[in-house]
Amino acid sequence: MTRSKVLDTDALIGDPQTRVVVCCGSGGVGKTTTAASLALRAAERFGRRTVVLTIDPARRLAQSLGLAELDNAPRRVEKVVDGSLDAMMLDMKRTFDEVVLAHTTREQADEIFANPFYQAMSGTFAGTQEYMAMEKLAQLRARDEWDLIVVDTPPSRSALDFLDAPARLARFLDGRMMRLLTSSSRGGHSVFSLMTSSMSFFTRTINKVIGGRLLSDIGTFAASLDSTFGGFRTRAEATFKALQNPQTAFLVVAAPEPDAIREAVYFTRRLTEERMPLAGLVLNRSHSVAATGLSAERAMGAVEALEDSGDDTPTADVLRVHSRLVSQVATETRIAARFTAACPDVPQARVPAFAADVHDLEDLRAVAEALAGSGSAPP
Amino acid sequence: MPSDAAAGPVPHLHVVTGKGGVGKTTVAAALAMALTPPGGRTLLVEVEGRQALASLFDTPALPYAERHVATAPGGGEVFALAVDAEAALLDYLAMFYKLGSAGKALRKVGAIDFATTIAPGLRDILLTGKVKEAATRTDHGRRVYDAVVLDAPPTGRVSRFLNVTVEASKLAKVGPIRTHSDGVAKLLHSPATAVHVVTRLEEMPVQETADALAELAALKLPVGDVIVNSVNPPLLAGVRVTKAGLKRDLAAVGLPSDQRTVAALAAEAADHQQRLAVEDRLRGELSELGRPMVELPLFTDGMDLSNLYEMAALLREHLDGEAR
Repeated sequence: MTRSKVLDTDALIGDPQTRVVVCCGSGGVGKTTTAASLALRAAERFGRRTVVLTIDPARRLAQSLGLAELDNAPRRVEKVVDGSLDAMMLDMKRTFDEVVLAHTTREQADEIFANPFYQAMSGTFAGTQEYMAMEKLAQLRARDEWDLIVVDTPPSRSALDFLDAPARLARFLDGRMMRLLTSSSRGGHSVFSLMTSSMSFFTRTINKVIGGRLLSDIGTFAASLDSTFGGFRTRAEATFKALQNPQTAFLVVAAPEPDAIREAVYFTRRLTEERMPLAGLVLNRSHSVAATGLSAERAMGAVEALEDSGDDTPTADVLRVHSRLVSQVATETRIAARFTAACPDVPQARVPAFAADVHDLEDLRAVAEALAGSGSAPP
Repeated sequence: MPSDAAAGPVPHLHVVTGKGGVGKTTVAAALAMALTPPGGRTLLVEVEGRQALASLFDTPALPYAERHVATAPGGGEVFALAVDAEAALLDYLAMFYKLGSAGKALRKVGAIDFATTIAPGLRDILLTGKVKEAATRTDHGRRVYDAVVLDAPPTGRVSRFLNVTVEASKLAKVGPIRTHSDGVAKLLHSPATAVHVVTRLEEMPVQETADALAELAALKLPVGDVIVNSVNPPLLAGVRVTKAGLKRDLAAVGLPSDQRTVAALAAEAADHQQRLAVEDRLRGELSELGRPMVELPLFTDGMDLSNLYEMAALLREHLDGEAR
């Protein structure tokens, strides 16, 4: 089996050249916890002014950071030693509203806010969350108040949405269909009279399928966005470029489970193809065996012997627990090896499985410690 | 035997959700096996474009077509389908508007992009619409599938995904989208559907299970069972393990009984006991939710077909218990 390279997260977050760390991966792998613990360690161990942008933190994790309210602005986390840590939760709708407000007059903004299509889109638009996370990152960078920004990514249906969605949204807003919809709401002419026959076939279809009222809502929305924003695409491209900056580091987060590893491999490949600066893989929830010298087979053989002796002792069950643990670690190692085989050059850090979740800063420090420790010495 | 086309009181559309990473897809697959009567057939549907079913059954990526993927314990057949929003849209247009070749033209102007990924809720309407079509499809007055199991989006998004009418009616007041989504919503809100939540005995998944159940109930979606996955066996529960006892027994059966080994085994035992205590507390929280619960064991050797059959057998037992 190929031995993986070791990811030194302390070297990464302690390096003054690292300004942005993006944690990505599929849902349920501990992405937000990884982001929060890295940010805390950057502040406390390296004295950096750090901010962590979380998307949808679990309630207890949010509480541990003192994030009781969702107000879409960074808040200072109390009781952080040495450096400083700010934390915030992304409010997708408010971020979208802010973008609109920043690029238009109050009256025009109110008109946009009142549009039923905008109301639905700013809350549910596929890709909005991804786009707004990037927008928020751009805003935080522009403020230049922090040495390091750690970003958690949205729990997308697939981690790749994070890369694709902003471009898709921009492509749509800048695209032919949008122009078509825009033209339908401008001037006195009906959209049908302006169209060639193939186009009118298209609008007829759209009209038939989604209904005329919705089409005109979208048209009005498109027109108001068009006049106020200008190139949404330019913006998305700028954000994309900013991510390729060597001051940015991507961390792929996974757990030693088939689905999570498959997504991690896929994501690593995409990041490489897009020339995004990939720092490594964080493998959470990795179990380890303490009694390393004892094989599962030998332990189970002894269980039999103990039971034959008829003594009422917990030792047989202790050996069963050990044997299950050995088997679980072997399974996890086998699954994790798929990543190493597919991406041999990507450094890895392993974080042990904790029995309980993060409840406070102390727990978060323990996670950070484990993450850092896994990098300083090979497992 | 396949039942009559008219929806009986027993659910035949099983929606499976759960927090990411709890084994939702595996449980959905085992449930489909458990629901397949001898000689019958069930359909397992995925909608997230992850091709997780293909990976689980070790087959090439599933096309937009119903494929046989496994044989259930009683000899029934399990089919699988990966629904793709774009294909579902073209399917839908072809079915209702005879727009066979229109797809290309629509794609060119970005309409497909718009309909499948951008228009709010539309994508979900298309996906659930296809699920409804499969669940209600009949042949000579009999349902083609005895049961349809949907590997749904995770708990955080499932309510919105299933609550298509509200999404649609906010935007499309009239028209075929409205009619279509009303039909889907009617099935999803009927006793023919059951939404099951998969969890693990870990804090975040349990919290999300409680949240999801509350959300589903508020939307009047029919809540099914809580399926607890990856449960540890209750070895050493409430038992005191002493290093002296360990040392003595290890020596008696000829295992290493040095201080390091004894301490390491004691630490593993303590970890396991701590884990059990957390699991017990969370099990208590789950049972307070008042839903039928079934537990599936943690397979330390990973997920393979034989473990999938074992899970299916446990689920079958649970379903039989509910039916009595």
